[in-house]
Amino acid sequence: MSTGAAAPPLARPARAEPPAWVEAVGVRAGSIVAAFAVGAVFLAATGHDPAHAYREMAVGAFGSSFAVEQTLVKAIPLALAGLGVALAFTMGLWNVGAEGQLAVGALAASWLALSAGGLPAAVVLPGLTLLGALGGAAWALVPAALRAYAGVNEIISTLMLNYVALLWVDYLVFGAWADPTAFSFPYSRRFPEAAHLPRLYGDVHAGALAALVAAAGLALLLGRTRWGYEIRTIGASQAAARYAGIPVRRRILLVMATSGALAGLAGAGEVSGVIHRIQQGLSPGYGFTAIIVAWVAQLRPWAVVLVAVLFAALLNGGFVLQTAGVPAAIAYMLQAMILTFVLAGEYLLRRLRRRRAVAAARALAPP
Amino acid sequence: MTPDQIVALLAAAVTAGAPLIYAGVGETLAERSGVLNLGVEGIMLVGAVCGFAVAVATGNPWLGALAALGAGALLAAGHAVLTVTLGAEQVTSGLALALYGTGLSAFLGKPLIGVPNPAPFRAFPVPGLGEVPVLGPILFRQDALVYLSYGLALATWWWLARTKPGLHLRACGESPEAADAMGVNVAAMRYGAVIVGGALAGLAGAYLSLAYTPAWTENMTGGLGWIAIALVIFSTWNPLRLLGGAYLFGAVDALGFRVQLLGVETSSILLRMLPYLFTLTVLVVITVARRQASVPAALGRPYFREE
Repeated sequence: MSTGAAAPPLARPARAEPPAWVEAVGVRAGSIVAAFAVGAVFLAATGHDPAHAYREMAVGAFGSSFAVEQTLVKAIPLALAGLGVALAFTMGLWNVGAEGQLAVGALAASWLALSAGGLPAAVVLPGLTLLGALGGAAWALVPAALRAYAGVNEIISTLMLNYVALLWVDYLVFGAWADPTAFSFPYSRRFPEAAHLPRLYGDVHAGALAALVAAAGLALLLGRTRWGYEIRTIGASQAAARYAGIPVRRRILLVMATSGALAGLAGAGEVSGVIHRIQQGLSPGYGFTAIIVAWVAQLRPWAVVLVAVLFAALLNGGFVLQTAGVPAAIAYMLQAMILTFVLAGEYLLRRLRRRRAVAAARALAPP
Repeated sequence: MTPDQIVALLAAAVTAGAPLIYAGVGETLAERSGVLNLGVEGIMLVGAVCGFAVAVATGNPWLGALAALGAGALLAAGHAVLTVTLGAEQVTSGLALALYGTGLSAFLGKPLIGVPNPAPFRAFPVPGLGEVPVLGPILFRQDALVYLSYGLALATWWWLARTKPGLHLRACGESPEAADAMGVNVAAMRYGAVIVGGALAGLAGAYLSLAYTPAWTENMTGGLGWIAIALVIFSTWNPLRLLGGAYLFGAVDALGFRVQLLGVETSSILLRMLPYLFTLTVLVVITVARRQASVPAALGRPYFREE
């Protein structure tokens, strides 16, 4: 019963393969280049000069210390929400609700900031940070509980709750929280100084530290602890995890709550660190971009931070392009195309490796 | 509510249900063949903008609808390449498509914001049937795309349930190995289902910009694409039940709008939450009622013969 596939891997493949990380980085770098190339064709086809547009984007993203600050400011929510999404995805939970969790985190933080009166910063800042995290966690716990106890598809539930959360923000900023001095503009009054996050470098606020701490914490957690091992096991196979005695339901609740808390922190950071009030459209889709960030980073915490900076640069470059008459949406298109090419590249690579392995095994097998 | 108001509400439900039928039937086809396409929201947006642009340029809404079909098919073909040929994770590929479509439609639609539509689809009564009391105003004083949506749902149900190619398509989604053994080209079937499904999603978007609104505004789908995906689950992958679900949903949508017009003291923003909360509630009820047995068994699983 000796078949080709059963032949033991006695010999190495004739040609030494590059190590896995080289291939992983290569696929991602190649995907970014490919996305920009396709984007260039698209820009040319729609009557724009791609070289000029990309130069403008680069200048807008990194061309001055102001540009670098703005890029880092946008990287903070992308990194925080991206880490949350990556954690959920690692466990095989499709949390696509970061946008809503971010909004509820912002709401919770804003509630304290707007009602804090004369409380000192030493009370308000930790308080609104905590509330932001709790708000995001609570919003994520709804789909988590539905998934854990009723088996409800979390893709749809988290998405539906995004719309509800964004409308909730609208409801408050058009109604109870509306700035009385600004006629019908959809934003609240400005937060008191005590509710402004301290700045570290230019406009870059303390949320940057939170993102780095979160990345370090998640890397440690996923890589070095029993908890992380359990999460990865559940991600690989829920049935196996249950058989191994892992409390899958409790882990779903905990992971989704943590994931939502990170997105909620991103929301708290936006209102108290950047705009200093709550407003309609407080996030230009950070929660959705975070999904791409997490995936392109292969769900690795430190890579999430790196990719978040790159994608923030794209967003910022896109905003700058707008003044040159190119719609900022090109940034979102490039991000989605990068993900598409990463997916294609990854699976091509995997199939190539499998085919090589099969060919090697066949070559070794007796006829 | 007076009987007249109820009839008007039901007629509005049928109108609001039409885009959900197009998108939902498209998604049903793709999922029945074994491919989950989460890109519907993005495809609808691109369909809406392409359909609108062509209708404005040519003055002919039918050419707009045709353009939307083509744009949807093209985008869905990308998803098919990734998921069928390359075996990529279907959820991620679909999300990428949803986000790409959102960006692309915003890019293409920038110069179209505020442009009036000179040639929308207009409602016209079906001769004879339009005069029938109650049913006439509800079903037969609509526009052409609504009339076509009835036929599409019925024809798709019949095709899936009663024809040999329909059986083959379902086999690809239940057991691609068995379909392959029957001599069905699984990859070709899945390509076909995903592309036709995408074309229908594109048309669903064009319905919004050419008949329902009729204008182009950024992100005008407002989650309808996701709701269509949820409807496919409610309907247990059955186009006839989808028809019912789409009208139920359309009624909720229309009710929110009517309550506003009646001047009931509620915030319009809170009313706009209604469709999303309703979708979530129905999803929970359906899931708890354990009608999951009808999920296509091979949904989400790539198939390669040599492995």
